[in-house]
Amino acid sequence: MASQAQPAAPVVRKKTTGRQRNSMHDGFLRHRNFRWMKIATVLSITCLVSYFLVDVQPRHNGGSWYGYTLGTIGALLILWLTCLGLRKRAITPGGWSLKAWTSAHVYLGLSLIVIGTLHTGFQLGWNVHTLAWSLMMIVIISGIVGIYFYATLPDNLSNNRADSDGAVTERMMIEQLRSLDRQLHDAAQPLDPAQAALVQASLEQDPFDGNFFQRIGNSYGGCETRAAIAELRRMRAYQPRMGDDPLDKVDGLLQRKESTLARLRKHLQIKSMLQVWLFVHVPMTFALLAALSAHIFSVFFYW
Amino acid sequence: MSEIFRVAIIGSGPAGKSAAGRAASLGMSHILLEKTDHLSDTIYKYQKGKHVMATPSQLVLRSDQEFEAGKREAILDKWNARTKELGVNVKFNAEAKAIRGTGPAIEGSVHVIEQRGRDGSITKKEIQRYAPPYEIVLTNGETIMAENVVFAIGTQGNPNRMRCPGGDLPHVQYQLDDPTEYVDEHIVVIGAGDAGIENARGLAEDSAQGNVVTIVSRGPEAPSPKESFPTAKEANALALLGDRNAGKLNIRFETDTASVEPGWITFSTRDGEERVRCDRIIARIGSAPPRAFIEECGIAFTSADRLAFPQLSPVFESTAPGIFVIGALAGYPLIKHCMNQGYDVIEFINGNTELKPADEPILEAKFRDLPGRKSVAEWLDLLRENVTILNGMNPLQMREFMLDSDAKFYRKGDVIFERAAPGSSLFAIAQGSVAVQIDPNDTSKTVPIGQGSIFGEVGLISGRRRGATVIAAEDTICVEISRNAALKLQSQVPTAKKAIERISTERLLLQMFGSGLKPDDITEVVQTSKIRQIKPGEAILKEGDEGNEIYVIRVGSMIVEKEIGGKPVFLSYLPAGSYVGEMALIAGGRRTATVKAAIKSEVIQIDGDAFKKVLEAHPELLKRAKRDMASRQDINAFIEAKKDSFSGVVDMYSGVANFLVENGIGEATDVLLIDESLCVGCDNCEKACADSHDGLSRLDREAGRSYAHLHVPTSCRHCEHPHCMADCPPNAINRGPDGEVYINDTCIGCGNCQRNCPYGVIRMDKVPPKKPSLLSWLFFGFGPGPGEPSKKWAYANSDPGVEKPKKAIKCDMCAGIEGGPSCVRACPTGAAIRVAPDEFLTVARLEQEEA
Repeated sequence: MASQAQPAAPVVRKKTTGRQRNSMHDGFLRHRNFRWMKIATVLSITCLVSYFLVDVQPRHNGGSWYGYTLGTIGALLILWLTCLGLRKRAITPGGWSLKAWTSAHVYLGLSLIVIGTLHTGFQLGWNVHTLAWSLMMIVIISGIVGIYFYATLPDNLSNNRADSDGAVTERMMIEQLRSLDRQLHDAAQPLDPAQAALVQASLEQDPFDGNFFQRIGNSYGGCETRAAIAELRRMRAYQPRMGDDPLDKVDGLLQRKESTLARLRKHLQIKSMLQVWLFVHVPMTFALLAALSAHIFSVFFYW
Repeated sequence: MSEIFRVAIIGSGPAGKSAAGRAASLGMSHILLEKTDHLSDTIYKYQKGKHVMATPSQLVLRSDQEFEAGKREAILDKWNARTKELGVNVKFNAEAKAIRGTGPAIEGSVHVIEQRGRDGSITKKEIQRYAPPYEIVLTNGETIMAENVVFAIGTQGNPNRMRCPGGDLPHVQYQLDDPTEYVDEHIVVIGAGDAGIENARGLAEDSAQGNVVTIVSRGPEAPSPKESFPTAKEANALALLGDRNAGKLNIRFETDTASVEPGWITFSTRDGEERVRCDRIIARIGSAPPRAFIEECGIAFTSADRLAFPQLSPVFESTAPGIFVIGALAGYPLIKHCMNQGYDVIEFINGNTELKPADEPILEAKFRDLPGRKSVAEWLDLLRENVTILNGMNPLQMREFMLDSDAKFYRKGDVIFERAAPGSSLFAIAQGSVAVQIDPNDTSKTVPIGQGSIFGEVGLISGRRRGATVIAAEDTICVEISRNAALKLQSQVPTAKKAIERISTERLLLQMFGSGLKPDDITEVVQTSKIRQIKPGEAILKEGDEGNEIYVIRVGSMIVEKEIGGKPVFLSYLPAGSYVGEMALIAGGRRTATVKAAIKSEVIQIDGDAFKKVLEAHPELLKRAKRDMASRQDINAFIEAKKDSFSGVVDMYSGVANFLVENGIGEATDVLLIDESLCVGCDNCEKACADSHDGLSRLDREAGRSYAHLHVPTSCRHCEHPHCMADCPPNAINRGPDGEVYINDTCIGCGNCQRNCPYGVIRMDKVPPKKPSLLSWLFFGFGPGPGEPSKKWAYANSDPGVEKPKKAIKCDMCAGIEGGPSCVRACPTGAAIRVAPDEFLTVARLEQEEA
């Protein structure tokens, strides 16, 4: 058959298939002209309309055939939505796009509000079933917060990083701080002990010191750099001005350090806000999976 | 006078040492001259522990010395021991200054050296060649006599020396091996290129050493780091300025050295002379290639081109009888080639005429699949005779040329390459003929190209995708000439260069204007055309100027700008293969826009009057040209109209376009951009990149520059003419079927590509050990998780017995991975996109954005 002598090619580089070339692009919310929003809307409306059309006796509940249908759809959706975490990390070959997955995740996740709630038949109480529903709602609400952050914060992150000649990276900001610290250390040598102590305090303070709330609120009450600037200025206010005052240089350096710190802190604030919602979203998802298993198990056990 | 050696070998690198080893084992009287006090200086200077590779692996090593891949130290030890064992007669600290024949003058053998002055004037110097034996004068005044001389001095050259008084004092050094060696010294580094900057930074790195380091630059300080240090990489320039701001070192601009004395240096500055303390001077002011010295010995080069090699016979003999040139200087940069040539050249000198070159099996393999049983030599002769552009080559050049090229056989009807396929190789027809399909919609419309001619030159010159599908019109043998081989060919054989230029101009014009034009119709246009090199930023047309020339962009790309309201507004981006200037020719009047080079470019300047004649003779063509012109006028009108109503949008478009061009998009074919209004900084693109490529990421998302929320990360742009390819000893960098520029496994880790890349996208690293699977990380916490593992983890988990070499690593556009680039696929928000500049920089975008 096809056993012709092929020229010996060491490594044949295959032409890649499925490569999309598109210089027009849109974000995950607008993906493919809101394809998943449309699908999710149709799904939700279908569920809503059928809820009113299907007459379940004595009233809508999770145990009717209709309730089971919604429950199955909801449970499968939850499982699939959880898989985003896996998809994101498993970089396998193929024509998938994480953006499409995120888009579907967002809109189908939102449609769960309708599907899950209709599945309850509005029979909520203090039991494992309602626990599962509540956890689901917490996950969805934290997800909505996430969407809000994702839609609004990247611009700020980029603006904060922007610079007249390009963009400053996190590493460069830290590098700048180090360099300013070294210069401050040298420039503060001629100062008297009280003044030098203020600069020393600024040098010794770890700029990353501070708890989670300080970072996310970008409020660092005990900032020694700011304190040093204020205190040195106060001290100097009553001193006669003399040319070549070492304090001038120290003041300038401290100011630069403060603005660099401000930029870095803003950067860290935005970065943590982009992540903080996940600290609710992800653990709650696992809690939801556990509660969901308990819910399904108990339903079948106490049939 | 002392004895006359049979052969003197200059340079003890792989080539020279192998030659000396052969001479010693043959019992030939010989001497090996080495300018330093150790063997093989180039390899000696490699950093400690560097892994030296042995490529090409299919080449058989033929030498009395051993060589296999391994650590620098092990290789040097082995060589030193073997050299001693063979009883090689080595003379250290012997640098040759001049070589002249002591026999009678060789009649009619005069070597002319052309020297090009800075003002462009050419002075000619004639050297009469004398017959051997040769007298070799060393820098210390000694002389050595030899019947034959073998040059194996490599291409490294000698560092440029300081010319000021006192420049020869012992505390002036031209190299810095270990910056931590010096303490509490006042050190002046002269020359602010990459080498100087790296040395200065190294010396000032640890303030505990207490060195006072000053780096001296001739140029003035400019607002941007890049302009302040034009010969250095931007990253180095930035780091240097950072160190200065941190008070670690001093930079003196606009400063020259006036004189040197022990303990002091005198600078001449703009404000007069200044005497400064100085215990040590490190001069890094470039190096002079060895060419001048070699020419003085009566050895002719193939051309005045900077890349040209000496003219050699099949036995490596130069134009001076009895002087042989081998190794990197002869155009063979790889260690194995050098060692083989060292062996061969001594065999030749010893009268062995039967010896077949060691690359014979490689060439045999190349010709194996061609029909008709011929020997390698017969095939080489056939190709050389049949292909016009190869006529001027000698057999040795032909061998070398074929090592970089391929001979291929196509049956009638076989597709040689397809339209829009990437490729930068040139094809030459050795036997048979091909047909070019000129209309993509109608495969029956073809143009024939006959035996001896070439095709595919557009890809070679412009770096763009193939313009048409080419099929074999009959059973055909073609030579596929790689871009590197084609460039070498053009520099070696001037007639080949001219032929390629003429054919490419003619074809480019025919292809662009189409409309049934025949080669005869444009003869005058081709003859009056000129090829011009354009510097980046230089304008070929200026708005408001007069002129009726037409310009065809041959290499590079251009941007079109128009002044609106006192500001230049970006109108369009012109890739190679487009033309400008037709408006003034057809419609008359002045130039309506400014056209300037986005990157270093080449244009074909066409005489307007000659072209007008063609237009008049071909109404069809005139109609087409008018149509093209109308669409351009539409764009101009559109922008001008929008300028009033949407001036913000137009400004933005113009700003973004200029920003992208500044960041090298003008020479890119496919570049990763990040829309920062969508990017959440999750770095999943980097992780995906690492996970798709042996655990090493080829992109740095956060680094790079941004403008108006558009970010160009540090990642390969897959340039049309990749800078990285320029100087790769094993030719490991190629362009693949998707247009990607990739580095194959033959990389020897020399780092040339990393240094040559102006965008800093190549890194040198070893492949980390394999990670446990994703699921075992997710569920059991095994391994470092997705993305590039930390150095610490990689170190702790690698097999200590296996030494992995550091190799060059760069983006390969995920070629061969289904679905395409992982960075784009793995972006959760759609911020990462890959674009080609001509798709991205169009007005269509503006129209859509506005909608």
